[in-house]
Amino acid sequence: MAGRTRTPSRPPRKPRTADSRPPLVLLVPACVAALFALLPLGYLAVRALERGPAFAWDVVADKRTLDLLGRSLGLTVAVVAACLVLGISLAWLTVRTALPGARAWSVLATLPLAVPSYVAAFAWLSAEPDLAGFGGAALALTLVSFPYVQLPVAAALRGIDPAQEEAARSLGHGPLRTFLRVTLPQLRPAAAGGALLVALYVLSDFGAVSLMRYDTFTRAIHTSYRASFDRTPAAALSVVLVVMTVALVAAEARTRGRAGHARTGTGTARPAVPFALGRWRTLALLWCAAVVAVAVAFPLGTLGYWLAVGSSATWDLGGLAETAWATLGVAAAGAGLTTVLALPVGVIAARHRGRGARLLEQAAYAGHALPGITVALALVFFAVRYAYPLYQQLPLLICAYAVLFLPVAVAATRAAVLQSAPVMEDVARSLGRRPWQVLREVTVPLAAPGVAAGAALTFVVCMKELPATLLLRPTGMDTLATRLWTETGAGSFAAAAPYAAVLILLAAVPSYLLGRHRT
Amino acid sequence: MNDMNALHVEGLTKSYGAGEPILRGLELTVPAGALAAVLGPSGCGKTTMLRIVAGFLRADEGTVRLGDRLLSGPGVHLPPERRRIGIVPQEGALFPHLSVARNVAFGLTGADRSERRRVTDEMLELVGLAGYGDRMPHELSGGQQQRVALARALAPRPGLVLLDEPFNALDSALRAGVRADVRSALRATGATAVLVTHDQQEALSTADLVAVVRDGRVAQCATPQDLYRRPADPWIAGFVGDAVLLPGTVEGAGTALTALGAVPLAAPPDGLRAGTVLLRPEQLRLTDTDSDGSVRGTVTDVSYYGHDAMVTVAVQGHDTPVGIRVAGPLSVRPGEETGVRVVGEAGLHP
Repeated sequence: MAGRTRTPSRPPRKPRTADSRPPLVLLVPACVAALFALLPLGYLAVRALERGPAFAWDVVADKRTLDLLGRSLGLTVAVVAACLVLGISLAWLTVRTALPGARAWSVLATLPLAVPSYVAAFAWLSAEPDLAGFGGAALALTLVSFPYVQLPVAAALRGIDPAQEEAARSLGHGPLRTFLRVTLPQLRPAAAGGALLVALYVLSDFGAVSLMRYDTFTRAIHTSYRASFDRTPAAALSVVLVVMTVALVAAEARTRGRAGHARTGTGTARPAVPFALGRWRTLALLWCAAVVAVAVAFPLGTLGYWLAVGSSATWDLGGLAETAWATLGVAAAGAGLTTVLALPVGVIAARHRGRGARLLEQAAYAGHALPGITVALALVFFAVRYAYPLYQQLPLLICAYAVLFLPVAVAATRAAVLQSAPVMEDVARSLGRRPWQVLREVTVPLAAPGVAAGAALTFVVCMKELPATLLLRPTGMDTLATRLWTETGAGSFAAAAPYAAVLILLAAVPSYLLGRHRT
Repeated sequence: MNDMNALHVEGLTKSYGAGEPILRGLELTVPAGALAAVLGPSGCGKTTMLRIVAGFLRADEGTVRLGDRLLSGPGVHLPPERRRIGIVPQEGALFPHLSVARNVAFGLTGADRSERRRVTDEMLELVGLAGYGDRMPHELSGGQQQRVALARALAPRPGLVLLDEPFNALDSALRAGVRADVRSALRATGATAVLVTHDQQEALSTADLVAVVRDGRVAQCATPQDLYRRPADPWIAGFVGDAVLLPGTVEGAGTALTALGAVPLAAPPDGLRAGTVLLRPEQLRLTDTDSDGSVRGTVTDVSYYGHDAMVTVAVQGHDTPVGIRVAGPLSVRPGEETGVRVVGEAGLHP
């Protein structure tokens, strides 16, 4: 072959088949974490059926339940529709057009993700108390959740090879027909995935609907739990809610699977030529400005206003500091426990295949489908029955955080472990290390930055958690979120404002650090 | 050289799930201290074999022995950390969180500090990177990373080193140099080595012994020269180099009649009346059209490589043009008439 300068093409990498089971040092703690995550779901089912299926059915088939179902679904449909319009339009404008300041707009439009729904509700209610009800709830939820559609759609738009659209144009299709026949069908999986996330958010939201006094499942469960000693109705309602959210999560997983299949090629060869907006430019700018104004500027402005008008007399600085400190403490404990539980599951999910590994990972994701209020209820029932000393004590609240946010930490750990090539671990084994030594000396040190980022993210979501904290906090303890909720509910907006401000500031620090870490 | 480090792989089979088996009774013996290349197209099972020998995968059947130690066999599966087998993966896979010296010392667990230091320095010197111990992996070039990976694998004095397409990621200008350095470092330590590759040029130029793997079995195992000059069948002939394959009929004791005329056979035809005659392009010469002992043909294409050129010529009686490697100045152009003559002996395959 001396005469040929043949460049050997690299053979495709062998799929790594997990021949060996995960080592016990991972398997045992991962099973503990999975059982822990499934505990609320299992207990909820037991509890709801305790008085016999007939009683549970009576609650479920009750006219009030059907009424709640209609209200929850109505709100969900309205918010999802609004989010699709906002999300797709903003994604297209910022990714594919010559919109002035497109990058800045796309960053600004994702900021609402950092605003908890109850802060948005606080902002609108304090400006216009008449908004309470369906309209206010839909408005507040839309403005905090449309980025769930915008982000995946923008990513999909960036991922479409412009050569496809150019091919369509060369085959005689105009820009609009090209968009409808080539671009839009490829955006469907991303938009559907985003829409399902929004639906999940709306169904499990408690903060906005309760402040807006719009009865959905979550609010009804809370009321029913508070109002009566018989907790079976609350449990039965929870089961209905959980069934709905589980169905949504399953649907979302399905669309994600399909989206992966639909993609051909690995990415874009080059960016698309931006679409010249022409005379629509002003209108497009106005649209972006309006969305950012109502979703970002308005809540911040309202907050600033209430901070300014609230005389320092209403500022209980000591109470504020104490609440902030307590919030940091529980959030840190929650993030710590969640990260420790997530570590073995994340490593197994990244490194091992097979049915067992998949089951473990899916079990850990249970919290993704469980609204905070149902997890809290399940833990209350469990503690009252089997672990009374824990009832209304901090450890129970920490456990609720771990169940709820295990998916966040597992996803971060899994991604962090996937970053380093598995061959590193093979090399370490060949150099004489036992599996647990490989974990300690190679896998964990390499994944540490990503795991830490996941811990920071978990810390932020723990800090913002409302419904489970309301039910499980020890008597007399407040977090920033619960205090903000109580004050807003009582209409004392000036008193609520400092809590909202401190919450946003504290949550912004880890988010800022995470952003820096990523870039 | 003692036989403690000879590798014996016998009857290896492996399938993933219910699919087609990827290994179907693979046999391979590598004498102690030799460098063997396992050569095959992608998907032939060579990487699976390597992972079984290293202990990352369990074979369905078969045994792996290093010297007289049984590593894998019925009911036996020594974990990778107890096999004393070093691996050099594609792209090196250095631990990015450890310095070069700590990468090399990673496998030196039993030794004390000064011994570790001594061996590390010795290994770095062996691969030509003395003084690089304090660098971090990302500060090294691809070729340097590959050398550190070799030093890391050799440091614990393994009996066997497995190299999994280690030169793939290097650009071709660098490859030859790193390849030669790797070979001399392996020689210096006396370790047995198995190099997995799909690049026949790399296998022929680097290894003492080449095993061609096809469909999960070793199709032929021979020295590079034997493999190139006496391939076991036409497929191997074409896989390890350019081949001219012509149908031929046996004529007398040691000659075959082909479209290129009568060609002497290297070995007696063994009862064969007809078969495929194998020649290498460098065994063909361009001649004048009416020269003695040559057949006439038409030049169809010329590919010029600098050090030599490949001229393809259509000859009567054979429907695909034959390749002729021409060293030195080139005087033919496509479309021209030429003569073709065979030099040396040919192989005959059924």
